[in-house]
Amino acid sequence: MANSAVEMPARLTQARSERTAWQKLKVSPNWLGFWYMVPAMGILILFLAYPLGLGVWLSFTDTKIGRDGVFVGLENYEWLAEDSVFWTSVFNTLLYTTVASAAKFVIGLYLALLLNKHLPFKAMIRALVLIPFIVPTVLSAIAFWWIYDAQFSIISWSLRQLGWIDHNINFLGDVWNARWSTIFANVWRGVPFIAITLLAGLQTVSPSLYEAATLDGATPWQRFRHITYPLLTPIIAVVMTFSVLFTFTDFQLIWALTRGGPVNATHLMATLSYQRAIIAGQLGEGAAISTAMIPFLLAAIGIAWYGLQTRKWQQGGSND
Amino acid sequence: MDLNRRSLIKGGAALGLGGSTNLLAYAKAWAQASPFKVEPNAKINLMRWKRFVEAEDVAFMQLVAAFEAATGAKVNVTNESYDDLQPKASVVANTGQGLDLVWGLYSLPHLFPQKCMDLSDVSKYLGEKHGGWAPSAELYGKLGGKWIGIPIAASGALMNYRISSMNKAGFKEFPKDTAGFLELCKALKANNTPAGMAFGHASGDANTWIHWMLWSHGGNLVDKNNKVIINSPETAKALEYSKALYDTFIPGTASWNDSSNNKAFLAGELHATVNGISVYVAAKKEKPEMAADMNHAYMPIGPVGKPTELHLPFTMLAFQFTKVPNACKAFIAFMLDAPQYNPWIGAAQGYLSHFLGEYDKNPVWTADPKTTPFGDIAKRTLTPAGLGTLGENAAAAIADFVVVDMFANYVTGREDIKGAMAGAERQAKRIYR
Repeated sequence: MANSAVEMPARLTQARSERTAWQKLKVSPNWLGFWYMVPAMGILILFLAYPLGLGVWLSFTDTKIGRDGVFVGLENYEWLAEDSVFWTSVFNTLLYTTVASAAKFVIGLYLALLLNKHLPFKAMIRALVLIPFIVPTVLSAIAFWWIYDAQFSIISWSLRQLGWIDHNINFLGDVWNARWSTIFANVWRGVPFIAITLLAGLQTVSPSLYEAATLDGATPWQRFRHITYPLLTPIIAVVMTFSVLFTFTDFQLIWALTRGGPVNATHLMATLSYQRAIIAGQLGEGAAISTAMIPFLLAAIGIAWYGLQTRKWQQGGSND
Repeated sequence: MDLNRRSLIKGGAALGLGGSTNLLAYAKAWAQASPFKVEPNAKINLMRWKRFVEAEDVAFMQLVAAFEAATGAKVNVTNESYDDLQPKASVVANTGQGLDLVWGLYSLPHLFPQKCMDLSDVSKYLGEKHGGWAPSAELYGKLGGKWIGIPIAASGALMNYRISSMNKAGFKEFPKDTAGFLELCKALKANNTPAGMAFGHASGDANTWIHWMLWSHGGNLVDKNNKVIINSPETAKALEYSKALYDTFIPGTASWNDSSNNKAFLAGELHATVNGISVYVAAKKEKPEMAADMNHAYMPIGPVGKPTELHLPFTMLAFQFTKVPNACKAFIAFMLDAPQYNPWIGAAQGYLSHFLGEYDKNPVWTADPKTTPFGDIAKRTLTPAGLGTLGENAAAAIADFVVVDMFANYVTGREDIKGAMAGAERQAKRIYR
């Protein structure tokens, strides 16, 4: 593709006045596309690139709330590298994301397969499945907070009434109990999104493929492995990317349930960043924690995009 | 008689008006005499902490209405919970618009002192008029030679206990020293009527009682030059004491937030805790028999031999960028004037204690002896900075739960004494660099 403005030798452009070059750009058909893109680019730069860039810049300063900082280089990162609370939060975030995403995927896929069958009251059941997703996170978090309460937990109470335990379960007061409890709450909330999206994917699979496979004597597992799964991978790639991103950056659930406690055992990078930046006023350090999330997120996107998108048309080739 | 909803509303409005006519006349006179002349058509955006005692809120809104009527200013009040108030105020401080007055928790003005308006004239006016400020008011309100906030009132964090459970545990009166308090907690646990205090990230409850524990044993986060001295034998003693206490507590206190002990106490599961008077106020309304069996006591005195309490002052600040500085000053002065302040802290039923000497005489502190200990809050409270100067460092250390996490790390067995102290020391040094 020829682009006269770009390919013009430097000697020639210098010879002409600036005004003519600008006039040329204004009307050049090669630049027309660029002018059409300007509004969208403006929005993206203003609302995405600028805040992101500002966050990264803040992480290299010692800015506090209400006071401008000075450039301190990598000082924030050096401090975080030796901060055990920060590493705990990294560990928690990875554990939380891995376990919760895997669980959400398995349960979501199972639910989707189930809902794809001919059930009585199918439409109603499908709508019901969405409920955890519709309820505002803070509300469901408060519900879970009561369920996990140290004194008034419904689970502890029921088990005590049944005589199975003799003291309340310390859901949020014990390090590992708290981690599993928050993961469970996240899974509960995240499953419907995955189930419904995968269900939509399942419905695009042509029934004739299953018919043909059945005639060839394929078992249900073989039908799943060789028809459903390959045709579902593009949807899985998209849905898991979103799921991992949402889980990795989860904030509300943890904040409402534990505030990162007990003793920072459930602090995620997002909650720790908020606590340090906004509550404690150390904007620079909080920004460094947020910035430290970026490589993890890029890696997650990379894996989902290039690992799961194995079909040619997804990478721009023809699908033959 | 045709009694419908509309006539009821009318009647109610007439009643309300009748009650406030005097207040209005007085308010107008006050506005005339006040040294702070409200700007014409002033609009004040005020954010305050969300009420814990309903009657207090009602009285506060009456006060706001009287101010509006007297001065022609409009006051727009937003309520935020403890934990949301500070982040919102911080954002406003950074963006420079949205609010004029913020009524927040202890160290709030010190988190962004450059953004706070100088209120020295207001404090001088009030101090001279109302019997002088308690010494702690100066610690909370002043930075350098300047008042950056006016401490309006404080909420006490004192011992709440059930009298019958204490008697059954073999104590006639509430122990006055830390050793006696530990004995009481042990006996309470043995009787299955346990005590419990928050070790979780509870901004109010955990910070107040855990700082008491640290200071009562002579430990301190920083010395008077803001040098970090948390890693000390005294801190170690406080940690050992906390572990002994924790072992007697009701299970689950490591996960507690600010409301957990209120709920457990009112449900009859918890028999001693550190809290404001809100449990008692709620009990009086919902469970009179529990209220009759409740009482309050000062925090026990530790090896250092003097009171080491930390309470929750509510300080009001005005932003420097406000367009109506005089209206802000006038509002603060109006709030703390006797005809407003007396009924208002009366309505708060002991939840709010005064910083100005004149209000020692308020009947709320004597009508019910169970509220009496809360009358001395301003005289007894230290600041979250301990020996150091209250400033953004101290505010950050409190907000990041440095001391709370040190204790929680040790009592839950995540770290030994040395590790817990070293971790807190490292964090504190960073904050106080």
